[in-house]
Amino acid sequence: MTENQVTINGNRFSFEPGETILDVARRNSIDIPTLCHLKGAAPTGACRVCVVEVENARNLLPACATPAQAGMVIHTESPAVVTSRKMTIELLLASGNHNCAVRESDDTGSFSDFQLRVQQYDHSDRLCPVWGDCRLQDLAYRYQVSGRAFPATEVKYPLETVNPFIVRDFSRCILCGRCVQACNEVQVNNAINFGYRGKDSKIVAAGDRPLKDSDCVFCGECVQACPVGALVEKDAKYRWRPWEEEKVRTTCSYCGVGCQIELHVKDDKVVKVTGAEGVAPNYGSLCVKGRFGFKFINSPERLTSPMIKENGEFRRAEWDEALDLVARRLSEIKDTYDPDSLGVLTSARITNEDNYIAQKFTRAVLKTNNIDHCARL
Amino acid sequence: MTNTIADVEQADVILVTGSNTTENHPVISSFVKRAVSFKGTKLILVDPRRIKLADFADKWLRPNPGTDVAWINSLIHVIIKEELYDKEFVEDRTQGFEALKEMVEKFSPDYVSGITGIPAAHIIEAARLYAGAEKAAILYCMGITQHVSGTDNVKSLANLAMICGNLGMPGTGVNPLRGQNNVQGACDMGGLPNVFTAYQKVTDDDIVKKIEKSWNVSGLSNKPGLPVTEMIPAAHSGDIKALYIIGENPLVSDPDLNHVEESLDNFDFMVVQDIFMTETAQKADVVLPSFCFAEKDGTFTNTERRVQRVRKAVTAPGAARDDWRIIAGISRRMGFAMEYANASEIFDELTLVTPSYAGITYERIEEEGLHWPCPTADHPGTPVLHSRGFPIGKGVLHAIDYIPPAEQVDDEYPLYLTTGRVLYQYHTRSMTGRTDGLNERAPESFVEISPADAEKYGLKDGDRVRIASRRGEIVARMTVSEKAVDGTVFIPFHYAEAAANRLTNSALDPVSKIPEYKVCAVKLSSAA
Repeated sequence: MTENQVTINGNRFSFEPGETILDVARRNSIDIPTLCHLKGAAPTGACRVCVVEVENARNLLPACATPAQAGMVIHTESPAVVTSRKMTIELLLASGNHNCAVRESDDTGSFSDFQLRVQQYDHSDRLCPVWGDCRLQDLAYRYQVSGRAFPATEVKYPLETVNPFIVRDFSRCILCGRCVQACNEVQVNNAINFGYRGKDSKIVAAGDRPLKDSDCVFCGECVQACPVGALVEKDAKYRWRPWEEEKVRTTCSYCGVGCQIELHVKDDKVVKVTGAEGVAPNYGSLCVKGRFGFKFINSPERLTSPMIKENGEFRRAEWDEALDLVARRLSEIKDTYDPDSLGVLTSARITNEDNYIAQKFTRAVLKTNNIDHCARL
Repeated sequence: MTNTIADVEQADVILVTGSNTTENHPVISSFVKRAVSFKGTKLILVDPRRIKLADFADKWLRPNPGTDVAWINSLIHVIIKEELYDKEFVEDRTQGFEALKEMVEKFSPDYVSGITGIPAAHIIEAARLYAGAEKAAILYCMGITQHVSGTDNVKSLANLAMICGNLGMPGTGVNPLRGQNNVQGACDMGGLPNVFTAYQKVTDDDIVKKIEKSWNVSGLSNKPGLPVTEMIPAAHSGDIKALYIIGENPLVSDPDLNHVEESLDNFDFMVVQDIFMTETAQKADVVLPSFCFAEKDGTFTNTERRVQRVRKAVTAPGAARDDWRIIAGISRRMGFAMEYANASEIFDELTLVTPSYAGITYERIEEEGLHWPCPTADHPGTPVLHSRGFPIGKGVLHAIDYIPPAEQVDDEYPLYLTTGRVLYQYHTRSMTGRTDGLNERAPESFVEISPADAEKYGLKDGDRVRIASRRGEIVARMTVSEKAVDGTVFIPFHYAEAAANRLTNSALDPVSKIPEYKVCAVKLSSAA
């Protein structure tokens, strides 16, 4: 047998030393579902969703954390694997307020009581805020399971809403640890970690304080990493559903890093911003300004009309009047004095195309090189 | 940046100086923190404030403000004396080594310790660490540039990198972290008084002829124009009569605001094109409403020279127009037609006169941006500069002497003020100030002071204090913090209500014309 080859579902694939079973599978478009696996962070194997059957191994092995070894014969959807995944998903669905329709698909009797309990916790009569945008829900649908198989567990910790950006809903947390990895291994802000033990487990900021009183810098990496409804953008919660939006990939307009972002647009308004995954320079990461500082776009204070000052007061004007005035005054001053009595401050905030036109105008029309911008400021 | 953001993670040593990276370039700071935490990279931090990155640093050197040339020369002194420099690189790829060696001779760690306040042993250790690395990257920001010696500081960092051969490979380089989304692009596009696009000099007659031909115009000026820091004061002398300002707010961002305010009042005619009625716009004769980034198509160029797409996502409010369309409208009225259907047509035109962008098309950067220089359609872009040589042939080592900041503390103004930014606000807050959550996290200006200084002046955390320089005064709340060094206070410049720039000195670097925001002399008193 050739070195560094494994067999997955009857097909042979080669691997590089150090690659996990999951890496080899993904590279070859074999779908192994994952929940806790976070790209760029060390695999933990915590959630057990990615287990696969390896012939001659004593137990099912987590594909995310098991290095590929020569000669392995791997089955990714064998009966044993499917049975295991179903139980894993059922347990996760039973623990907490997973009030998506999946939970009650064959359990109509008790859903009303359950939903009433959830409403008290949520202070809302809606279903889960990430309904339709949840990896756990996706898995429940894929494996056709509900939360009915196990008794519901008690929800111990109340919602945390005391910061401006992130709602922490411990009732929907499945303790997968993606947020912890996002915070500690990707952004390295080291603000949150696992706290307490066993059935009391909780993701805590230092000393189990609210995020606002911790080292959290509200980059939101944890929100983007959360596969369920445990971490939700406060402003986006209940405001939109994934199928109501259009996503537009663009470049962030704050600092010079040039993070690639997705603007989530509903009804011609930006309702949420996420980092574009898998592309340079930010590979999905953002900071608090890029992720949460987009309210200015739709601010009622935006300028909506040209304004001309008369007797010290601004009045609204039509474009033709305003542009005629600007062109006339610039021409007068240029002719009365000289081109170098005119100056243009172009901008580090506008596009290359805008800047090109601004300097072309300054040089070709105003006939001066008095053009600069705030590179130094 | 000579290198890319991502290849910082490949460095063995990272030297960060004059950059509060976690607050001003948070996403880049993650690359640094990951390298240090998980890849064994050593971090040397040189900064007067105890910023967050100090928690990750192996060596934190704390210089007195405005003494950068001194400590950099001292590192070079140690590296040359201990023969830790890259002799092959110096021989093959640089010139001026002997003059540099002579200049740094006097910058012994003991001597420099007196200037900078950095213990001599720390200078020696940092020098050995930097020079001992196979690959070492330097990251710097405005803590280096915003000094009267800003150009000298940057050249000194370049000296340090060159003598250690730290250029031209991933994980090395001299990397300025640029502060604004498209400050790199604005420079590349010739939004500067002395160059056309791609830094082609306006004084070069051949270039002028080439551009005239391409634009089908005649009579382009070959006389360099004025930089912003001289244009606005030129209102006083009457040399500038009219100013057209696009997307800038000098009435908060520029040094010595009281003077700026008088200058703006002096213009015969002022146009402001912006998305909000900023402090500056209120002074204008005509205000023109433009699109914000989410409403327009185009490109931005980031700090690693990567040209990336900007895409329209929503409709702009009211009658607002795209910036280039507004200018084209004025141009047409002044007799010069600028007809473009969209941003893409402008990009196609600009690549014809911009050699470093010549090979870039919207199609090529649809998924991921390209790093300039990208001269031809089949060129892959240039993530790392200077891998084989420098554009001028051999890299020039500059022998640079230390000059102190323009303003010194004295009996009347006994404290240094240094200005900067905070994580939750951006520049003059015209954008971030519209998100309540950001204001909740960073609601107002503050004066950050060391515990010892607070005690000395009998002031407590939360007190309202009056802070004055020779140019103006403001009142702000005091924050007593271990971040501050004794003898120096820090104020963020974002807040118009207590604008730090009423205090700052407009003394300029003689070459780059950058103001010395990072050092001026102030005094404090209780405002209760």
